[in-house]
Amino acid sequence: MTAQRIGIEVSRAIAIAAKLANVDVVSAYPITPQTHIVEEIAELVANGELDAAFIPVESEHSAMSACLGAAAVGARTFTATAGQGLELMHEVLYVASAMRLPIVMAVANRALSAPLNIWGDHSDVMATRDTGWIQIFAANGQETFDNVLCAFRIAEDRRVLLPVMVNLDGFHLTHMIEPIYIPEQGEVDKFLPPSQYPLPLDPDRPITMGAFAPPYIYTEVKKAQQVNLAAAKEVILQCWKEFGDRFGRYYSPVESYRSEKAKVLLLVMGSFSETAMGAIDSLRDEGKEVGLIKLCLWRPFPFAEIRQAVRDAEVLIVLDRAISFGGPGGPVCSEIRSALYSEDKKPRVIGFVGGLGGRDVSPDEFKQIVNRGIEISQTGSEQEFEIFGVRE
Amino acid sequence: MTKPEDELAWKDLEIGSIITEPGNASQYQTGGWRTQRPVIDTSKCIKCGLCAIFCPEGCRRQTAEGHFDANLFYCKGCGICACECWTQAITMVGEEE
Repeated sequence: MTAQRIGIEVSRAIAIAAKLANVDVVSAYPITPQTHIVEEIAELVANGELDAAFIPVESEHSAMSACLGAAAVGARTFTATAGQGLELMHEVLYVASAMRLPIVMAVANRALSAPLNIWGDHSDVMATRDTGWIQIFAANGQETFDNVLCAFRIAEDRRVLLPVMVNLDGFHLTHMIEPIYIPEQGEVDKFLPPSQYPLPLDPDRPITMGAFAPPYIYTEVKKAQQVNLAAAKEVILQCWKEFGDRFGRYYSPVESYRSEKAKVLLLVMGSFSETAMGAIDSLRDEGKEVGLIKLCLWRPFPFAEIRQAVRDAEVLIVLDRAISFGGPGGPVCSEIRSALYSEDKKPRVIGFVGGLGGRDVSPDEFKQIVNRGIEISQTGSEQEFEIFGVRE
Repeated sequence: MTKPEDELAWKDLEIGSIITEPGNASQYQTGGWRTQRPVIDTSKCIKCGLCAIFCPEGCRRQTAEGHFDANLFYCKGCGICACECWTQAITMVGEEE
């Protein structure tokens, strides 16, 4: 295997991943809150380096709608958005998954208005949790690049045929220049054969997509969708294995760092996991039995892997980058609690919300989160969850 | 399709619940939505056909006698035919009556 390692802004690397995937159609809203991802793709298409239709539209609602049409005729379809843009797509996201259209979308995770804040957190994607998309979270530029390639393979697999979101933290990843291995076109082609959508819209073989489903059939449709999304996990695991065998970088739904014999585990998603590693190293140096869990696959939720990863810990501290207002805390913490509730052997789950609207959480602050989490596990807290770093 | 639609199990559905046989919307009994049905007084009917032209379901067909009957399998009871009829030959009658 040959690959070039270049220093490149992560957004631009994602555009190159889309190019290497030989996308046929990219539709996107080209201005704020857009990233350099589609800006670069527009340039690649305009320069004749990528033979694809680039459809600039007047809103993200239209962008996702155009993607539906493109995917429905069997085109390999890509788009990217962020923050408010993802929310404007919201209703169309459900249509993409329910119609089983293998669209791939990079989402630069950002905070939501009001107040206006374009910086990073997970509020946008958490609001799309139940849209039926496969949702992967990347921790760095390479993971994002690799998972964009994997996303096409997963989405287009005949056993899956579902849209995939590859989430990367706004600014902390999208605007970062990182050294990224860019594989050769031939290697990507071997990993990612052309899309063979089984029942595309075709005048010679007419079908109806997204038709009317009265009460007597809607429940059956939703059950089929649930079974389909849950079963996609096996294909995702298989894809990550094959990607690893070919390119040398392996991914899994739940990754552990120094978690062996750890009494206390910290769980995070996205780019914060790399910062948290520094905190874990430092706490380990202090003799504390602390480890890190990185949740990479959010939908389908990796129940077995999470239960296995945390079963020997006494305390599990979860840092969410989104709030479920008036609810039990962050969505990740809630789901992990729910996944562990029926287990006989399980850690006490302590929830924090932090890193909102682009606020950094430094390695020292991760240490504070861990120490406060341990304290709460011993003394309890009057709150369902705590917002870390908030000025009282 | 081998089974009637209301007997299909989730495993019987096509990918994305697509419909592979054109025209199966005709199997859907929109008449089930109706609370009122149109009743025609043939002595007032001038057989102009406006009721059939305005019917949003297209469910009125001319009979051998020349007036237009609503197919109650599809008629939603919207009352547009009764509203448009020049001679007020059509009245809407509650389904419970």
